[in-house]
Amino acid sequence: MTPMVDLFALLLTFFMLTTSFRPQEAAIIDSPSSISEKQAPDFNLMTIFIDKEGKVFFNIDNGMDTSTHYRAEILKKMAERYKITFTEKEYDLFGRLSGFGMPLKDLKAWINTKDSKDRDKLQVGMPMDSTDNQLGYWILYSRIVNPQAEVALKGDANAHYTIVKKVMDLLQGNKVNKFNLITNMQKEEVGIKDLPLEQK
Amino acid sequence: MAEIQTEEKAVKKGSKKKRAKKHPTAIDMTPMVDLMCLLITFFMLTTAFSKPKVMVITMPEKDNKEQKEQPKISAERTLNILLSGNDEVFYYKGQAAPGKPMPQLVKSDFSKDGIRKMLLDRNRDLFKKIAEYRDKRLTGQIVVADSTFDETVKEMKKEDKKGPIVLIKADTSARYKDIVNIIDEMAICNIASYAIVDIAQVEEMMIGAFRAGTPLREFPKIKVNK
Repeated sequence: MTPMVDLFALLLTFFMLTTSFRPQEAAIIDSPSSISEKQAPDFNLMTIFIDKEGKVFFNIDNGMDTSTHYRAEILKKMAERYKITFTEKEYDLFGRLSGFGMPLKDLKAWINTKDSKDRDKLQVGMPMDSTDNQLGYWILYSRIVNPQAEVALKGDANAHYTIVKKVMDLLQGNKVNKFNLITNMQKEEVGIKDLPLEQK
Repeated sequence: MAEIQTEEKAVKKGSKKKRAKKHPTAIDMTPMVDLMCLLITFFMLTTAFSKPKVMVITMPEKDNKEQKEQPKISAERTLNILLSGNDEVFYYKGQAAPGKPMPQLVKSDFSKDGIRKMLLDRNRDLFKKIAEYRDKRLTGQIVVADSTFDETVKEMKKEDKKGPIVLIKADTSARYKDIVNIIDEMAICNIASYAIVDIAQVEEMMIGAFRAGTPLREFPKIKVNK
């Protein structure tokens, strides 16, 4: 029994040390599959989620070390722009949360809601039409605060292309021309033998 | 019987002293093991083992201020792929322009014998070249680093002068997965040059006419709403 316990203890330590918890996502998104094997970067990643109903969510990380508080800085700029004040505690809390998608006026309530189910109810999607283009400002300020951030798009397979295009146009307006489309990997082997016969 | 009793007594007498020594070996570890098992399972399940995979696309830069001269592409090499909802894919060769014979629209799909077969057929030379290079590497005939391999493939794609130039156009009913699927096909078939562009009105009309069973024979009149 002792060797087994030893092994278990070892495994447990290994898993505890290597684990990085799956970040909570704003919505259930079933991404399409591709053959790409490239991995998404761990840090400096701005992610835009598009769910199947066309709701848009936004997420950005804090950068690779704990000294950079990108999220709080971005929120400060947003708050200035929309004339909403947040307390220091709210900035701090916001820095520790993940993806969000709601008008800025509801963000305060989202930050202060403790229960995650109640918090999810506030996720109604980011406004991004021409009258109130908040997503555009989030992207703009994220680009200013963290110019190294790459952009990842995580769209649901059944999301309408028109919305994806709208988001892409917005990003291109902010001089982002390289997108990482998040997909599930699905291997597909195509070799010379798959070439159709030559027609003459 | 008496003998046994004496033996028992002897054991009892001795046990008072021995108990202290025997005790440590008799710890019941089962609950601890149970707990560890549980924790291991928990950590294994919550660990984000596979990081998400990404597909990188680079879009042409948008420059509204000055209309840059459009790069000339030969109509022969141009292949237009039109995406519409319900996994429908249409394609046509060349260009739909007034004063020229109307290109014929062909319907296809995302299955193995659909659009991929057509793309492979068009991109035969380049695909063969890259596939042979990859096979050589896999069988160990040549040994190159990953970065060199990627660089060489890139170079091959750059040099290619025969393969199609694919223009991907999606209409309003297209879904996100259609775009991802078609870009994926580009990667599978090693297409050297492709771009996602906006759909033209005439192309929407072509799809409409094709669905109605009356493919356009000549360039339709388009009302310009400006």
